[in-house]
Amino acid sequence: MSETLAAVTGNIGTIGYGLAAIGPGVGIGIIFGNGVQAIARQPEAAGIIRQNMLLGFAVIEALALIGFVAPFIYPK
Amino acid sequence: MQKELLVTADAQTLAFEVDCHLFQGSCGFPAPSAWSFIFDPIFSIGPVDFNKPMLLAIIGTIVIVSLFWAGFSKPKVVPGKLQSIAEILYDFVHRGIAKEIIGKKGEPFVPLLVSLFFFIWVMNLWAIIPLAQFPVTSLIAYPVGLALLVWVVYMSVTFRNNGFVGGIRNLCVPSGLPKPIYVILTPIEFVSNIFVRPFTLAVRLFANMFAGHILILVFTIATWYMLGTVLGTVYATASFAVTLALTVFEMFIQALQAYVFTVLTATYLSQALEEAH
Repeated sequence: MSETLAAVTGNIGTIGYGLAAIGPGVGIGIIFGNGVQAIARQPEAAGIIRQNMLLGFAVIEALALIGFVAPFIYPK
Repeated sequence: MQKELLVTADAQTLAFEVDCHLFQGSCGFPAPSAWSFIFDPIFSIGPVDFNKPMLLAIIGTIVIVSLFWAGFSKPKVVPGKLQSIAEILYDFVHRGIAKEIIGKKGEPFVPLLVSLFFFIWVMNLWAIIPLAQFPVTSLIAYPVGLALLVWVVYMSVTFRNNGFVGGIRNLCVPSGLPKPIYVILTPIEFVSNIFVRPFTLAVRLFANMFAGHILILVFTIATWYMLGTVLGTVYATASFAVTLALTVFEMFIQALQAYVFTVLTATYLSQALEEAH
């Protein structure tokens, strides 16, 4: 194959971050959506739900942040 | 390595002095990057350079130690102002994290958790304190050091509490599952508990602070960059408003990251303290 169909100029790491953000985006949406639903169903358990919600949020968010930092660690 | 990395964060302050504005001249937007996190040393002792983040770390430590020292050195039954503040802060970690997650067995670890929480929080807070404006934890060495500390405590508690064989069981073999699953689960649990946990603990804190600092930098530099012409000033005002909003958002993230780091540490410890089934 000698013909190039499409080419990207600039830092490809930005595209990488866009891809890396898809999964955590969905995950954070699910976690906060379900967390709010749980609090609405049982407001008296709001404290413990919020705690676990933030814990899950932090665990998911780590993936997005690794995606953010990777282009800085491997430039070009 | 790369040429760009030779520029340091101190040179960035100088970039503000060079008049480089939108619609004026041909110079581009001086985007922040990895070099925004490298500082010229203030002074050097032999091969050791002493720079701004180290200074901030030392000041932060002194602030925390002196606050709790002043609060608790002469405890009274009816607490004074400083003692009440120190007690509220201590109680937040004691009740909200240690008791809630580990339970009664967590009492010996409360000092560790309190120190972790307030150290990380103050180190993060430096990001928005005027004149400092640099989160110390956005340099990977600081989170890695903290995560190593947590890892050593986690491992020693696991093995002291369960013995060697029981400790390995605690780390690798979660109880109460059908037997064939253990073939897959044991290696996963082993890697997850021993390698992935400290790694994500460090990277989460580091990356959050790194990303937050870069976000604030982008909009702060943009505010200066777009000033000058009438249209540019309108843009700059919007950019400045975003900077303010991001600063508030960062305050939330900083407290959340300190909380999450401490809660995860407590979760690991509570798992280590679990009785074998």
